[in-house]
Amino acid sequence: MQNVEISIPTLNGWLLGYPVTYLFSNEKLKKATGVVSMQSLHIYKIYVTRYPYVTGTSVIAMKYKDGVIMASDTAGSYGSTLRYKSVERIKTVGDHTIIGASGEISDFQEIMRYLDELILYDKMWDDGNSLGPKEVHNYLNRIMYNRRNKFNPLYNSLVLGGVKNGQKYLGTVNMIGTHYEDDHLATGFGNHLARPILRSEWREDLTFEEAVKLIEKCLLVLLYRDRSSINKFQIAKITAEGTTIHPPYSLRTYWGFSHFQNPSKGAAGTW
Amino acid sequence: MVKMTDLPTKGGFSFDLCRRNEMLLKNGLQMPPFRKTGTTIVGLVFQDGVVLGADTRATEGPIVADKNCEKIHFMSPNIYCCGAGTAADTEAVTDMVSSQLQLHRYATGRESRVVTALTLLKSHLFNYQGHVSAALVLGGVDVTGPHLHTVYPHGSTDTLPFATMGSGSLAAMSVFESKYKEGLTREEGIEIVAEAICAGIFNDLGSGSNVDVCVITKGKTEYLRNYQLPNPRTYISSKGYTFVKGQTEVLSTKITQIQHKVETVEGGDAMEE
Repeated sequence: MQNVEISIPTLNGWLLGYPVTYLFSNEKLKKATGVVSMQSLHIYKIYVTRYPYVTGTSVIAMKYKDGVIMASDTAGSYGSTLRYKSVERIKTVGDHTIIGASGEISDFQEIMRYLDELILYDKMWDDGNSLGPKEVHNYLNRIMYNRRNKFNPLYNSLVLGGVKNGQKYLGTVNMIGTHYEDDHLATGFGNHLARPILRSEWREDLTFEEAVKLIEKCLLVLLYRDRSSINKFQIAKITAEGTTIHPPYSLRTYWGFSHFQNPSKGAAGTW
Repeated sequence: MVKMTDLPTKGGFSFDLCRRNEMLLKNGLQMPPFRKTGTTIVGLVFQDGVVLGADTRATEGPIVADKNCEKIHFMSPNIYCCGAGTAADTEAVTDMVSSQLQLHRYATGRESRVVTALTLLKSHLFNYQGHVSAALVLGGVDVTGPHLHTVYPHGSTDTLPFATMGSGSLAAMSVFESKYKEGLTREEGIEIVAEAICAGIFNDLGSGSNVDVCVITKGKTEYLRNYQLPNPRTYISSKGYTFVKGQTEVLSTKITQIQHKVETVEGGDAMEE
């Protein structure tokens, strides 16, 4: 056995907080491979997130009369391949919040672990209080920003919405720690394609049906013009009564423009 | 370094700096990316013709160089072209093709066709392999009907019922995709185009100022310059800006007459042809 690289749990790695590879020679083998290393080890590689692999595309959300509505498609792309077609990118957090994520799906799953743990500890206090969307947003913001400062970000853009004590809340946080609230939000391509529509057509007093129509308008534009979106969407709503994540469904698309049928009319050989 | 002998300039392109560029690239210098100089341009086919629209902001990096420039260029009386990308390139290429179209009209004795302009533009741009950074929305009405095309800097074209280009194209396209339908009337067409340009103006930092619209139908073209002015100067003094004589204190006055020192002598032969 020549100089071998072995990835082993040691106090060093635990303190650092990163997965780490150490490099040591055969003589040091016994001393190095204890649960707690008796040897100060030479750090060879530190593993951080550099690129996303399985990604979700845009999430759009907006406040409406009774609460907050959020929508996304159910696609998980692996680069330019549509690898997974039934990924739930919108989840509930506690009683008062829903969260939608775009970006690396595995990091979203990690975030859900953090949040489920947070809610669990909060429930264990059993003191009549429950964490609302503002608190969850703040917690997530701290996590995302601190990870970015260690050059090991959670590669996501998140949208959080919720209702607590009659107050509607909608906020966003992304992988570099930028966070803000607004009446309507989007991640990724949604910012370029959906926000302009929402900016001109959103109103404070939309009913649920009107809000769904407006969101479907945005989802259709995203379906036409975002290459990583698919025709399978999920809408989630949260009101003072509770959360509902509707089952996935498709939108009707229209491809029948006469100019699409015969583009070379009037000039043979052109396109 | 090989010593280059001084050749007399014969005109044409001087390739001296190409060697330097190759050396820089080899040493790891990254070419600066082509700047999309901030624009929203759109085109739309309606019942009787086409409507073209554009914003009026010209940018030089982060600075607004021209608050009210004209991005809808004349090609022929029945064909107009919106240009995004490098302003010099769009101006020059549309001027050039416009002249070529006029010469063609003299030769054929007929009204120019949109596909003629399209072919001239795309072959020129392809020839320059994308270095002429002009992204165009070409629209017009000829004997074969209304046509709308987009032309990309590398020379590819699309024939579409509605099109947007420029940095504000996504904002404008979101309006088109949700509002366009077949058989629009003239008023509906203009309204949707103006809305799309406004979406670009207000949601894209590279576009701004006013909305220009051009409506082309069979036999008639209307160039509606500054069709909408959604960004007026606010907070102007209602009294206006007049400066009464005596408002500025005059400290001293000295008047010096202009002395003519040089006598110009008229004469000599007129310039020969």
